[in-house]
Amino acid sequence: MKATQTAYLQDRFHRLQSSDPAGFLEMLRDRGFSAFSRSGLPGPKNEEWKYTDVTALFDAPYRLAFEEETGALPAAWKSGRLPGARQANELVFLNGRYEPGLSVIRSPKEELEILPLETAASGAYSELVKSHLDKSSEVVKDGLQALNTSFIYGGLFIHVPERATVSHPVYIYHVADTTHHPVLAQPRSLVIVERAAFLDLVETFMTTGSHDSFTNGVLEIVANLDARVEYCRIQNDVPHASSVSTTHIRQTGKSFVNTVVVSLNGGVIRNNVNLILEAAGNEAHMYGLYLLKGQTHVDNHTMVDNRQPNCFSNEYYKGILDEKSTGVFNGKIFVRPDAQKTNAYQSNKNILLSDDASVNTKPQLEIYADDVKCSHGCTVGQLDEEALFYLRSRGIPAAHARSMLLHAFADDIVQHIRLEPLREHVQHLITDRLFIP
Amino acid sequence: MHMLKIEDLHASVEGREILRGINLEVKAGEMHAIMGPNGSGKSTLASVLAGRQDYEVTRGSVTFRGKDMLEMSPEDRAREGLFLAFQYPVEIPGVSTTNFVKTALNEKRKYHGQEPMDAAAFLKLMKEKMKLVEIDRSLLTRSINEGFSGGEKKRNEIFQMAMLEPDLAILDETDSGLDIDALRIVANGVNKLRNQQRAVIVITHYQRLLDYLQPDVVHVLLNGRIVKTGTKELALELEEKGYDFIKDEVSITA
Repeated sequence: MKATQTAYLQDRFHRLQSSDPAGFLEMLRDRGFSAFSRSGLPGPKNEEWKYTDVTALFDAPYRLAFEEETGALPAAWKSGRLPGARQANELVFLNGRYEPGLSVIRSPKEELEILPLETAASGAYSELVKSHLDKSSEVVKDGLQALNTSFIYGGLFIHVPERATVSHPVYIYHVADTTHHPVLAQPRSLVIVERAAFLDLVETFMTTGSHDSFTNGVLEIVANLDARVEYCRIQNDVPHASSVSTTHIRQTGKSFVNTVVVSLNGGVIRNNVNLILEAAGNEAHMYGLYLLKGQTHVDNHTMVDNRQPNCFSNEYYKGILDEKSTGVFNGKIFVRPDAQKTNAYQSNKNILLSDDASVNTKPQLEIYADDVKCSHGCTVGQLDEEALFYLRSRGIPAAHARSMLLHAFADDIVQHIRLEPLREHVQHLITDRLFIP
Repeated sequence: MHMLKIEDLHASVEGREILRGINLEVKAGEMHAIMGPNGSGKSTLASVLAGRQDYEVTRGSVTFRGKDMLEMSPEDRAREGLFLAFQYPVEIPGVSTTNFVKTALNEKRKYHGQEPMDAAAFLKLMKEKMKLVEIDRSLLTRSINEGFSGGEKKRNEIFQMAMLEPDLAILDETDSGLDIDALRIVANGVNKLRNQQRAVIVITHYQRLLDYLQPDVVHVLLNGRIVKTGTKELALELEEKGYDFIKDEVSITA
């Protein structure tokens, strides 16, 4: 990491600490910045970041969330609103800061409480925040997460009370307005889903303006006994928008989690999805689709940490890479000594459409229990020639046949998006991209 | 006029010559059977006619309804009226048979300057053709051939043939892997699709399918050449005596 980058972040960190005394959060920021100072930005020598270089992204003269006045939403943001928005709680982060004034909360309080993180940390939810916020840093040591923690400011807290079924899903928009200068956004969220409660959570990203944006976001979700969490992330941003998105989901009681991460457009994108299965009998599904062109780089890092017996996890990531795009898949599965009878499956399939596209895929299984079922597999290839000939032999032109097969390949993942308007939206985006005449 | 005319067709795969001078003429309304032992070139002939790219045609010509078929892409051959029922139908996850057949049908219509078929007309046509091969609706809404039994896959081939109404259908070992009931259903389907405008080439190793189909002409293919042509009685003779008698006969005359 360059000295100028370090000095810049150090200066901003001290400014934030002196301008915003925030008790517990201030303490966390201190802890975060010490960790960050030790690790620095992850460079190519860091095994976890071997194929994804984010250090260059820090060269731009970014402004940070606490330096900004509360702005208005850029007019262009409306085009990025997701289908089903009128039935959803629409929460807006502008340049990394949660903006209650720009957000629309449709759920009644009995179903869902949405608060600024600062309010939650100092009010009735302070104990919850203290016991769960940044708990994930004990599991994953990562410089960028530490950097996010160093700058916790304008975060979001969501609480789903016991037995609540949230009838309105939660859409989180990460809007970066780079009209006047580059933006380094570092959104931070904590979501607690209590016993037997059910939440649909969606995150998406949007950059307006011609300067670069870099979003380094951390989202921590806690799923209690019998809870169900449906999480979906859609990345369809401009080529000068880069992001590192880290989602930690801790299943502290026997619960059900489904995640779907769809990456379509952007600059350098790193997705971390970490599932920590802390209770026996947890069930987790992780899906991912990356459909890339141009010079977009998408790195999907996943981790499933099996700590207790009888957990089930299934992970399925697929990629279609065209032009000069590059992809990375790294799937880590830990099975700790107590996690007997673990069932953990992992699969990553890739289709390369151009000679200049590439993908690095790596399964990583560390198993310390003896009575487990684990499998993994990965493929990198072209379209199935036999299938292509079959379609053509019925009169379907080659280009059309090819797009039908690619569409089917991708739809296999999209099917797992639970919210129908969203699923259809993604299907349309894919159809447009793959151009079925 | 001949619907299909094959003259001195030679074809190789990976430099190895498989077809060594095929001559064959098929008229509308006729059913020809091509029999032969394993490795004689039967499936290669079907693949070359359908336009599979692994095969290189080194000599000869194929004319289909007056047009040079070897110049056409596989999709154009299909849209000109050729249909190949695959020996091993491919499983395609994520594409339903209904959607696939609808796309294929409309591509064919587009090629001939016709409007796409509307949903109601398509459904009606599908129902009618489903009966022909006794195929269940639920099978057609599933991904193409995925998890289908051998019999279901072959019935699906004949269903597609019924929907696409080709002028020339080539059935490549459609009988392989079928039990006696499935064989009867498939053969009945094919028989119902015979008419004066349509020609059928049945490629098979065994006589049993021909019991149901009663072809007009039977050819024996050996080492990449048609060495004997006769009536359906020739198939019975082959069944009884095996291919060796032909081999002996051919070597004597040669």
